[in-house]
This record gives sequence, C-alpha cells and structure tokens, in this order.
Amino acid sequence: MRFSANSVWVSKDDYDVAVIGAGHAGCEAALAAARLGFRTVMFTVSVDSVALMPCNPNIGGSSKGHLVRELDALGGEMGKVIDRTFIQSKMLNKSKGPAVHSLRAQADKARYSRTMRQVLEDQENLDIKQSEVVNILTEEKKVTGVQILSGGVFPCRAVILCTGTYLRARCIYGEVSNNMGPNGLQAANHLTDCLKELGIRMYRFKTGTPARIDKNSVDFSKMEEQFGDERVIPFSFTTDPEDVQIDQASCWLTYTNQTTHDIIRKNIDRSPLFSGMIEGTGPRYCPSIEDKVVKFADKDRHQVFIEPEGLETDEMYIGGMSSSLPEDVQYAMYRTVPGLEHVKIVRNAYAIEYDCIDARQLRPSLEFRDIEGLFSGGQFNGSSGYEEAAAQGLIAGINAARKLQGKEAIVLDRSEAYIGVLIDDLVTKESHEPYRMMTSRAEYRLLLRQDNADQRLSKIGYEIGLISEKRYQRLIKKEELIQKEVERLKHTNVGTTEKVRKLLETYNSTPLTSGASLAELIRRPELSYRILGEIDENRPEFPDDLREEVMDQAEISIKYEGYINRQKKQVEQFKKLESKKIPEDIDYDKVKSLRIEAVQKLKEYRPVSIGQASRISGVSPADISVLLVYLTM
Amino acid sequence: MKDGATIAAISTAVSSAGIGIVRMSGPDSFGIADRIYRSGKEKKLCEQKSHTIHYGYIVDQGETVDEVLVMLMRGPRSYTGEDTVEINCHGGVYVVKRILEILIENGARPAEPGEFTKRAFLNGRLDLSQAEAVGDLIAAQNQYALQSSVSQLKGSIKNEINDIRNKIIYHTAFIETALDDPEHISVDGYGEELRDAVEDMSGRIRRLLESFDNGRLMKEGIRTVILGRPNAGKSSLLNILLGEERAIVTDIAGTTRDVLEEHLNLSGISLNIMDTAGIRETKDIVEKIGVDRAKEQAQQADLILYVIDSSEELDENDREILRLIQGKKAIILLNKSDLNMKVTKEIVNQAYLSVYEDIGGNTSGEPDPELIKNEGNYAFSETDDNGEKEKNVFKLPIIEVSAKNLHGIDELEDNLKKMFFAGNISFNDEIYITNVRHKNELAEASEALKRVKESIDAGMPEDFYSIDLLDAYEKLGNITGETIGEDLVNEIFSKFCMGK
Repeated sequence: MRFSANSVWVSKDDYDVAVIGAGHAGCEAALAAARLGFRTVMFTVSVDSVALMPCNPNIGGSSKGHLVRELDALGGEMGKVIDRTFIQSKMLNKSKGPAVHSLRAQADKARYSRTMRQVLEDQENLDIKQSEVVNILTEEKKVTGVQILSGGVFPCRAVILCTGTYLRARCIYGEVSNNMGPNGLQAANHLTDCLKELGIRMYRFKTGTPARIDKNSVDFSKMEEQFGDERVIPFSFTTDPEDVQIDQASCWLTYTNQTTHDIIRKNIDRSPLFSGMIEGTGPRYCPSIEDKVVKFADKDRHQVFIEPEGLETDEMYIGGMSSSLPEDVQYAMYRTVPGLEHVKIVRNAYAIEYDCIDARQLRPSLEFRDIEGLFSGGQFNGSSGYEEAAAQGLIAGINAARKLQGKEAIVLDRSEAYIGVLIDDLVTKESHEPYRMMTSRAEYRLLLRQDNADQRLSKIGYEIGLISEKRYQRLIKKEELIQKEVERLKHTNVGTTEKVRKLLETYNSTPLTSGASLAELIRRPELSYRILGEIDENRPEFPDDLREEVMDQAEISIKYEGYINRQKKQVEQFKKLESKKIPEDIDYDKVKSLRIEAVQKLKEYRPVSIGQASRISGVSPADISVLLVYLTM
Repeated sequence: MKDGATIAAISTAVSSAGIGIVRMSGPDSFGIADRIYRSGKEKKLCEQKSHTIHYGYIVDQGETVDEVLVMLMRGPRSYTGEDTVEINCHGGVYVVKRILEILIENGARPAEPGEFTKRAFLNGRLDLSQAEAVGDLIAAQNQYALQSSVSQLKGSIKNEINDIRNKIIYHTAFIETALDDPEHISVDGYGEELRDAVEDMSGRIRRLLESFDNGRLMKEGIRTVILGRPNAGKSSLLNILLGEERAIVTDIAGTTRDVLEEHLNLSGISLNIMDTAGIRETKDIVEKIGVDRAKEQAQQADLILYVIDSSEELDENDREILRLIQGKKAIILLNKSDLNMKVTKEIVNQAYLSVYEDIGGNTSGEPDPELIKNEGNYAFSETDDNGEKEKNVFKLPIIEVSAKNLHGIDELEDNLKKMFFAGNISFNDEIYITNVRHKNELAEASEALKRVKESIDAGMPEDFYSIDLLDAYEKLGNITGETIGEDLVNEIFSKFCMGK
C-alpha cells in the first residue's frame, strides 16, 4: 500500500524537474537539468549528506576514471570537484597501453561533499530541499509531481529517481540489523510501495563497506607507504594541470595472514551472509573479506590498503576488508594485521541491503518505458560505484531536460563511450548483483580511451548545451593540430644520418638501412614522439595549453594505428545493426518463425534496435535473421 | 542482410551423384570465377553475356581440378537478383567440396543456410508468400542451428575446441583482472608465459586445420576396411555393394595390390569402403607393400569386413587377420557359401578364441572391462545354470554370404544397420574438420592468435593481447555455437580474487 498522508497541501513553487536523492547521481542530474534551463528541485533525506561518499574514499580507478572523464567531456561536475578536493592521485596501468590508463584519486571526503554542495547551491534554477519523497504522482502513466512525507505535493513535469542505497535500507553486521541507510542516515521506507504500485519490478541488492579506524592507533612502520604520482594529471579537461600539483597524502599497504583467516573461518557461522540473514545479492567484484577467505582458500594472504578519509579527520579506511561479521570478530581480525595490532575502530564494517530496480524496464535514455517523464539513475538502477552513478545521473538529467525541450534523447552507444556500455548493459542484460564498470566490458576500448574523451564527447556536450563555446573552440583547434601533426609525421622522412644513427643506438633501436618516416619510427615500442624530437627538425610550436595533449594524441594515433583501425572496422559492423531500429509498436507474436523463448525475451526487453536485440541472452543469431527479414517486409 | 559479401555453397546434395553444382552469388562472383576458370581461348567470364554457358576447367595453383560447365547470370536477372555463377562439375564429394573451397580461398564466403533465398527476397525477387516460406526456412534453421552445428562436430572436435577456448578465456581473464585491479594483481611479464600458451593453442588449431587440408573431408563416413586372404572374394563383395565394376576381379589371387577406396551409402549409412590387397606372406615386393598398407588401414578402421573363403580351410594368414581384428568392430563374412563349405561359424569361433588366448586374452572369466568400455569384440564365457563354464562366446557377427548369387547380402546390411544404430560403430574418433565454415572460423582464430604472438614479440603492453585473444575466442565459439556474453566477466570473478 502506498503512503497516504493525513493532510495534503500543494507547494506554491513551480518546478519542471524533481530529483529524488542528492548522491552522485542526483547531483549530476539536478545540475544538468538546471543548467539546461529547467527549474529543478532536489530532495534529500539529509542536506548534510549531499554528494556523500559512504564507502571508499576514491574517485576513479580502472574504467571508472574513464567514466569521470567522459562525464566531464559532456559537461558533468564530478571531475571538476575531485580536481579541487583530491589529496592523492595516480594514473593506474601507466606501463600498459593507453586504453587502460585510468586516473584514480583519493578524495578528501568532507571537502568533496561540501564543494559539490556549494556548486549546487550556486547553481541558478536549482533548489535543495530536505524531505523524504513518499509518492510519485502520475496521471495516465505520465508524471505530474511528487509528494513528500508531510503531505506536500510538488507538481513537476519530470522526475529523476536517484535514491541510491536508501530505499528500505537495512544495515547488518553480526546479529545486529538496523533499518537505516549508509553512515547511520535515515532510510527512505515509503517510496518502494508507490513504485511497486506503478508496476515497477524491484530487486533487493546488497553491498558492504569496511571499518573506519583511528589513525592514531595504527603503526605505520609495519606497512609500506604508497605515494601518489609525481606529476598529477587532472580529471577535468578544464582544470589547469598546474593547479593539481599539490602536496599529496600517503596510503599504506599491509596484508592479512593465516591468523586473520583462521579467525574468520572460526566465526564464519556468525556471519549474516552465511546464516542466511542477508537475502540481497552481493557484488562479486567487491567481496567481503570472509567471502575472499572462503572462496579463495588457497591464498595465504590478501592485500589491505589503509587510506585517509580526508585531511581534517583522523579516520582511515581499510580497503580490502569489508565485512558483515559481528563487531567483536571485526576487532579480532583487524588486530591480526601488521600495523593494526592495537587498532581502534571508529565505525564498524557492515553490509547494507536496499531496494533497486530491474533496469531492463528503462529505455536507453533512462526513462521508464511505461511511465512518461519518469527517469532514474545510479545505484537505484542496479549499478554500484560513485562514478557509475554520476554518469547515469548526468544522462538522466540531460534526457529529462531534452524531453521537456521536445528533443530526441541522447543515447551513447557502446562504440562511443564507457557510459554507453554502462547504460546498454544495465538496460539490456539481466543482472543479479550491483553492476560495476570494468574495462573488459568495453568491446572497443582502444577507441574509448580516457585521453580522448573530449574528442569523443565534447561535441555532443556542446550540442546539448553543457559545454561552452570557448571549450568547444579549443577542442576544434586541438583536433586540427593533431590531424596536421599526424600527417606531417607520416610524410616526414629521416635519412641515415649520423644523428639518427646515434639516437637509435641510444635507445637500442635497429639502425636504419634506408630512409624512414617519423611515423614509422614512432611505431617502434622503444621509441616515442618525444624521443624523436632531436631528429625532428621541423617540429611545429604548439600553443602552451594544447602542447602536451596534441603530442600525446599524435603519438597514440600513430603508434597504435593498426589496432585502432581494426577496432574501427568492428565498429562499422556494430553500427550497421545498431542503426536498424525496431518500431516501438512491433508485435512479436506476429513475427512468424521466431522461437518462443526469443518472443518472450523480446517482449520483455523491447529492444530499440536490432543491435540491442542481438545482445539479449536467449535471442539467437537466427532470431536476428528472422527479425531482419520481418522488418524488411 | 549480413553484408555485401559474395557467398558460395554447394547446391546439389553432397553425394556420389553424376553431377554437382556449386553456386556463387554476390558482387564479386564473376571476378572470383575468372580467377579460377581457364578455357582454351583465354576467355574472360566477366566479358561474357548474361545467361550463357561456358566450357572449361577449374584450376587451382596451376593444377586442374575438374572439367566444368560454368553458367553466368547477371543481376538482377538471377534467382538472388545478384550476379550469380553456377559451376557444374563432376559429382563426387571430393570434387564438389574442393571447388567450394577454392571459391572461398579466392574471396567468397560460405553461405549460411537459406542465404541465397534470403538474398533473393531482400532483392525483391520473391513475392510475399514466397517470403514467408523464407521465414519458415530460417525458422527451420533456427530450430536446428545449434543442434546441428554441434552435432556436425564430433565430440572430440568439440572437446578440443572447448578446451582451447577455456584456456583462452582463462588467460584473458587473468590479464583483465590485473588491468581492472592493478594494485592487487600484476600482469607484468605475462607475455612470456602467454607466448608458450599461444604457441600450444596455435599448434592445436593448426592440427585441426590440417585435418581438413589433408583431404580427409572426402572420407567422411564410417571407415570400413575389407580384409581377407587373397582371392577370398573381397573385391567381388565390394562390387556387389557398390553395384558397379570398380575393383578388378579375376580368378588370379593377389590382383588387388593397392587399397581401393569407395564412398557408398547403405540404407542411409555412409560408408567409406577400402578394398585391400589380400593378406598373405608374400615375397612379391609390390604385393608386400599392398599387404602392409592393408594392415595399416585395418588399424585405423571404424569397421572391418573380414571375408573368408569358406571353401578353403583356415590357414596361418587367417590367424594373422584374426589377430588384426582383435579389439576392433568387425563383421565376418563366410563367402562362397554356394560352394562346399569347409569353414563353419563354429570353426571361426574356435579360431578366434584361440587367437584371443594367444595374445593373452582371458576367456575363462568375466569379459575384460577395458574391452567392454571400448565396445570391443570381447570374448567371454557364458555360464550355464549350474554356474559351470559352458562355452566361450565372442561378439562378432558371422554371416554366410555368396558374392556369386548375392546370398546373405541383406543380412549383412541388416547387421550393419543394427550395429550403427545401436551405437556399436561410430566414426573414427580421430579429430578432423569437415565443414568449410568451421575451417574458415578456425583459420580466423588462428590469425587472431598469430596477432597475439606478434603483439608479444613487438613488446606491446598486455592489454593489447586480450583484444585478439577474445577475437580468437569468439571465432572458435562460432564453431561450437557459443557467444561470448558474460563469459569473460564470469571467468574473472570465479578464478581471480579482486580486491576492494
């Protein structure tokens, strides 16, 4: 039964868009809608928890860093805020190919949250309101407003659900089970009933977080210090690289051992996961320490990262040891880890269960297929992670705005962006655990690099209206310079001069027997664009603010040309199927010769294109042939 | 529609029919045909008029494959609406498949089932009712696609391919786990380890490919070898089965000096029958080679037809043959039953058992479990009601036949059918690839693995390896009918411990 207030009143404020939730998805959604000119209100159960990071103190990481850069290239906020509030930064996988380089920053959590809140507060057209939303109001399957706990009705034309882990949230450790959201915040207990009444299929997922400990109780001499990069690269394409060269904080590495594992094994029957007290589905990529010990019994130790939560707090995060074991067991196991012998727990580890949706009910625009004007993003859609949430929030915000503008929705495909992969997976594939972005999920990752996110997406961001004219012009200029430089490198030959011979010898590179183009030399693994500077006499001068980027891009596009071209070919094939749209009103029962299983799946998912249909499990290549024939008829 | 590729397929049933047609459709049909067609007058097919027929030869690397008639139809005036070439060649499994292979080597792609008709429809060459039939056709394919693509594969090939796939996905998952979680797992220097694995996998794929190239495809069917002493009537028997004079039959013992091979279809069962030189001690060198080859064939056979001249006593040569058929599927034929029979079923039975005991077989107790497992023609003793040993039995059918008056031939056919449908005889379990599409996928998988090796050799970072590894994985999956789906992600989570 949906919540029924004793008294109903109607707000006098006029809003176009209501965003429910002020986490990473909610913030991006609200900012996008407001920036595109729509009067927006953002509801949260606690204004103090805007842009809260209730789990790890990082932004970015493998493939998640890509999401942040893409978000930035489209005009999102996360990249800018973390550039202002990070305390350590690393480019991961630097020794690997450019496709898997990924930025990861340690955030000062409190500052991140405060800074984002300030951005929201400064944003024109945007109001923040502390209230629990209890009902989504609709008429004829169309959104008309929301209702809050006090009975107040806020009429609006679009609603974006970004409830994160708050819906009917329950925190569990050992025998303790509290009906509350993350960090002891109030749960939202009423909205689920309304959503179910609207016909929305709900799931119950689970995730968890490790303990926070007091820095003063840690013996760092028993751990390995982990530093940030010497030269920090910012997330946002708009941040001046000089602004992020700060004094960085350190993280610390230590390990579990057999004693730790013995304690866990001995108490495993007291874990709510194993006793069946937790019913939600947990993520495989983020296993609790008890999961790891049970599942990978042959490993004699696991890494543990001790990471600062911020500069103005002594709390630290124990990366790698999330748990829902009883608190006494937590003390015992943490204290077996070198450096944590006398550790004091500030906040204990816990698992959290929450309601989310089966995202296959969404269109790729993130609008509910059956309820006009209702959008959703973030963990509510069955994903996990701040970055995944922010990316969806941005797209939901953009598309809610475009809907009100009467414009076509922005849908990025799998060959354009990690964001495209993320959303396509969410709305196409059945999932039984919170979805995490991974670089292995992106088929065309050589094209979807973090270094070219602006070239891939900023034109789209400009068309949407979230990228400024100045930023757009800079991009155009950059692309011109890259293209010219690549051409020049391909057509500039160097001879077998003494200077060339010496340079090649220095870098252990095979000597030239006849002339070669600079491009050919760049392709050699031991050489690079910058190394060849010495023998490249006509190298042009680039503008200061573009120099590094142009050089990097010219080098990458030459060095990996063969691979890149192969992926481009694959993309062409992919696009062919993607561009074959399936009409919304298609009646699959009338498509002769489809297998029954395929009919059921297609009716359930209602894919928008042949390409999307082909990714649904249970739809065979032959079914796709049948569909193609049918659509041609 | 998949693409604008030129497709090719054998359009007559693959059989020993007198004539076979290989059809090709698509924009490059004429170009491909010109590459492999030769006539006396240096004729260019692409310059010829539509709807004309041309006499000539199919030539592959300078070697004439067959004498053919080539029919040209330019689009849109063809069945598919595209440029179409039909090559009429001499029937016979080998020639037809060879020509298809040559077309593919020269740029055509093997057609999918129903693809010619699908193209015809999409090019507006069929009306709606016909088009619905196309749908049904594709549906029929749909029902059986997976089933047949898998059942076309013998278990051993499928196992081999799955095993290679499992290895690929394991290595890919390791690399990917490390890339996703670089602070917990290092993939540095993995190239060296991977190089060995890739070499091993490439070798295995190459062997699969070679099994195709060796021309084994023409030998599809149950490898059946006819054995017997000289002049026992082996060739006559083959001729009866084939219904034609193929082997030279004379009254002079030792006429067949080499191994003759024929493909025949007996009540729907496909047999490759090899007639062999009679087995006897001989000083004639040529005949000796024939005898050795016969023995070799017997070793590899799925089924042996052992022909005994029942008008003559068994001799040492027969004992040699009985040794050869130990552990093999065999049918023993007592030929010349029209003459005075000196050899009876009982005599053969006794002779077999004595050979069996000679080579260490045990006839006094339970059958050798190994032999049962291999469904061999084990010998064992049956006991009577008192638990006393009664008699030794062995499980080979013995049939009295007469090549002269066709007596017993029906019984032979019945026995063959019984053994086949009971699963007692099956294809030689040696791994080999017979399907052109499978061959193509294997070749592409092999190419992809080659690229992995090139990337390792060029010192590329590890993330580049997984691009081509996954490509190989996908290509192999096309053979077994499996897609990538969530395989990689599942493998990552099940095999490797992620951090956080």
